[in-house]
Amino acid sequence: MDLATPYRLDPQVSLRPEEFGALAYHFGNRKLSFLKHPDLLRVLEQLDTEPTLEAALEAAGIERTRWVSFLKALETLESSEMIRART
Amino acid sequence: MPAPESLIAPQPPTATRPLVEHFKEGLAAPICLTWELTYACNLACVHCLSSSGRRDPRELSTEECYGVIDELQRLQVFYVNIGGGEPMLRRDFFEILGYAESHDVGVKFSTNGTYIDATAARRLAAMDYLDIQVSIDGASPDVNDVVRGEGSHAAAIAAMGHLRDAGFGPFKVSIVATRHNIDQLDEFKALADSFGAQLRITRLRPSGRGVDSWDDLHPTQDQQRQLYRWLLGRPDVLTGDSFFHLSALGESLPGLNLCGAGRVVCLIDPVGDVYACPFVIHDEFLAGNVRDEGGFTRVWRESDLFTSLREPDNPGACASCGSYDACQGGCMASKFFVGLDVTDPDPECVHGAADEKLAALAAAAGAGTPSPLPRPAADHSRPGAGEPVPVVLRR
Repeated sequence: MDLATPYRLDPQVSLRPEEFGALAYHFGNRKLSFLKHPDLLRVLEQLDTEPTLEAALEAAGIERTRWVSFLKALETLESSEMIRART
Repeated sequence: MPAPESLIAPQPPTATRPLVEHFKEGLAAPICLTWELTYACNLACVHCLSSSGRRDPRELSTEECYGVIDELQRLQVFYVNIGGGEPMLRRDFFEILGYAESHDVGVKFSTNGTYIDATAARRLAAMDYLDIQVSIDGASPDVNDVVRGEGSHAAAIAAMGHLRDAGFGPFKVSIVATRHNIDQLDEFKALADSFGAQLRITRLRPSGRGVDSWDDLHPTQDQQRQLYRWLLGRPDVLTGDSFFHLSALGESLPGLNLCGAGRVVCLIDPVGDVYACPFVIHDEFLAGNVRDEGGFTRVWRESDLFTSLREPDNPGACASCGSYDACQGGCMASKFFVGLDVTDPDPECVHGAADEKLAALAAAAGAGTPSPLPRPAADHSRPGAGEPVPVVLRR
């Protein structure tokens, strides 16, 4: 994933906060995803408004040492069409 | 448990505890739930979980159904599994689907297919966020119709044809695994493939009228192993995560291996009663009613029953078995309706751990000792049910 690229949550995706993190549901492809940390939800909530992925991670207050694991999770979410690059 | 059919779990920032531990303690709202819209049914399947047949005069009105959907939307329950009875017998069926669709509640509904003609199929194909599963219990009419009624196989196949012709997309063909259809697994797969459909196979439960047909229908130990091996090689076949008791045979089947009753799933029945899962329509597992003050939300979050189901598990008689972590003691509903305690092993335990107690129960019943098995809270069977009825196909 490219940190300089802006991303967005697919408009067909809804997020439901839970104690462990969140449920993400894609109404289009009917995929349900479990976000296994509340911080990941916070990143997703920043995607639409921040100019880049890097800015979204920073706005969510994620320390740089944790970015690798977040990028991996975001990649999974991209492959299931939950998030996509904004153009 | 009925679980999301398409589930992915990204492995992000280390979770503090395994997800299943959170599930066992109950979520803020169900992941999904089953909602039976009516007890009316044109069929009288011998294993019907809800003993359906006749409509109940107290069934939720259209407005009340809309109220339930509003609540599910507020709770962000993203989708419901609608069933019955035959849900398409409700005159407001399409209105309810439309209301759900426009309120961010996706629907998957189960049907016997009788009422899906070409017109209905086109109407269904035009809707978003809709999934359909057509039930059959035999790949051939002879195997199917003994359980579901004469003509029911032909009705289901006709419905599948209409859905395909209308371009509905990949609907689901849903089978309950029985002693009489286990040898047809490959045929079921071929049938689903021929319609561009997804195959779904779920576990038979001794619930509803299934109490009476269980001894004849439930798979043998050898058949359970056969099914397990077949499923392991076919991760694309859906199971509603209902065979977690088979995980005690070795490698776990994909999905959630736990009982989700009152924790991540539940059932709303046609009169608004909320039960722990679709397989336990019995007073013992009744948590409340959506018509009560506070509605469904309060039942889910505060009912005594659901609170107790979210307590740590008591492995009971299974505590010393090395497979408990894999099978979690099996299915609560299956135990209950054959007369076992919920802390006993599953009646279909692959190690046969329940056999001794089941034999004792059978002996007691044979000796005339009164040992009435638990009966469903409400039986809506038509008079004389116990025999499947013929289906009259609509042209």
